[in-house]
Amino acid sequence: MAPRQRGATESAGQRELLTAGDVARTIARMAHQVIEKTALDAPGVAPVVLLGIPSRGVPLARRLAGLINEFSGVDVPAGTLDITLYRDDLRHRPHRPLVRTEVPEDGIDDKLVVLVDDVLFSGRTVRAALDALRDLGRPRAVQLAVLIDRGHRELPIRADYVGKNVPTARTEDVAVRFTESDGVDRVLLGGIN
Amino acid sequence: MRNLLSAADLDAESAVALLDTADQLKATLLGREVRKLPTLRGRTVVTMFYENSTRTRASFEVAGKWMSADVINVSASGSSVGKGESLRDTALTLSAVGADCVIIRHPSSGAADRLAGWLKDTHTCVVNAGDGMHEHPTQALLDAATLRERLGSLTDRRIAIVGDVLHSRVARSNLHLLRTLGAEVVLVAPPTLVPSGMQRWLAEEKIRISHDLDAELPSQDAVLLLRVQAERMHGGFFPSAREYSISYGLSEARLALLPEHAVVLHPGPMLRGMEIASVVADSPRSAITEQVRNGVHLRMSVLYHLLAGEEEA
Repeated sequence: MAPRQRGATESAGQRELLTAGDVARTIARMAHQVIEKTALDAPGVAPVVLLGIPSRGVPLARRLAGLINEFSGVDVPAGTLDITLYRDDLRHRPHRPLVRTEVPEDGIDDKLVVLVDDVLFSGRTVRAALDALRDLGRPRAVQLAVLIDRGHRELPIRADYVGKNVPTARTEDVAVRFTESDGVDRVLLGGIN
Repeated sequence: MRNLLSAADLDAESAVALLDTADQLKATLLGREVRKLPTLRGRTVVTMFYENSTRTRASFEVAGKWMSADVINVSASGSSVGKGESLRDTALTLSAVGADCVIIRHPSSGAADRLAGWLKDTHTCVVNAGDGMHEHPTQALLDAATLRERLGSLTDRRIAIVGDVLHSRVARSNLHLLRTLGAEVVLVAPPTLVPSGMQRWLAEEKIRISHDLDAELPSQDAVLLLRVQAERMHGGFFPSAREYSISYGLSEARLALLPEHAVVLHPGPMLRGMEIASVVADSPRSAITEQVRNGVHLRMSVLYHLLAGEEEA
């Protein structure tokens, strides 16, 4: 096999959970579910805003927004919510570079915010995201969409839209790859080397 | 990064990381009603100022508070320093009290470095907020942040540092940082206000000395004016304030010599009419209030880089 770029390669012990086709179908299904559950094409409902959590929640949010527009004709803005400054493990982790938070011009007050991330694990990222949201405004409601729910929650948090539920061991690593950042769409499960 | 003592300690990568974080923090807080981030909750920052300061102290304090750190100010007057306590004992006391970070300004060059040595085995980190005639790294960083905002990348940009280079820690820190970021620097000063031992710097390709401000201005992308530090001058460095102003002050006429896009910076406090004309200071070409504004975000970035993620090992 021709060498692919780092991050997309499959190392020993990794198992493919979703292929490129699976990823596309899963995201399409999630887009339909968002349309159905938020009734965003009905009159008089709160406008929906998708906010991706960096890094891979961002391309996922953009894709969902594109598909929602394709399926329903409704233009849903997709933004970015950086949660680095709100993490509860900042003391113990080397800090990562900050990413710019981008929300629609008119803010998130009274909107229906759908947080978008690639993997739901401990739930701590989502907690940080909820804190970050509180500093940006007061949404009408907040929902959560994730491509993979791998279990092992450490907080009472649950996703509203799940691409795929994957039972994992705590030590395993779920790696989501997107064309935008990694040149390929796929999801891998492997042990940490 | 354990301490921030000198701009010379920063390589290009870490300098750019500090500047980028400051940019992001600025964008994050822009237009917010509540300018408060929980990032440094439970961390204690002590500012220890043995010299007068308005903007450095205020902006460090605001920076700490906007990131939810507890900020305590200790000044030479009103603390045990007045009773004769040494710098070392004061520092160890503050560390024992629980300071995670000590920000020090001191009239003696090298004070921050000594402090860092004494606190080496504690959990306390040290930021140099100006030590005598040595360095003032956060000022250089906020100058660079302001220049990046106005000019974009600083690589091969031409920047003149004008005035009392001899007594200026701002000049020294800027020289180091601007060189690291790839800018070309010309120091413009009367011969009496150029430090001795400049040869090491002048060996560098991108650093020059000039005594003729009018000749340099037309080719500069930015002019960084320095305050004439009367408090550090014992003896005659120039005949009179008026003569200094005529030769090295940035007047309205001199401003016209600068290219259209060029920026005027001053670390403050300004002596209007001495090194800078009032009209120039208030003109749209001057970025002096932007410098102060950027100072807060830059110092937030420094505190973040020093205090977040430090317990990794």
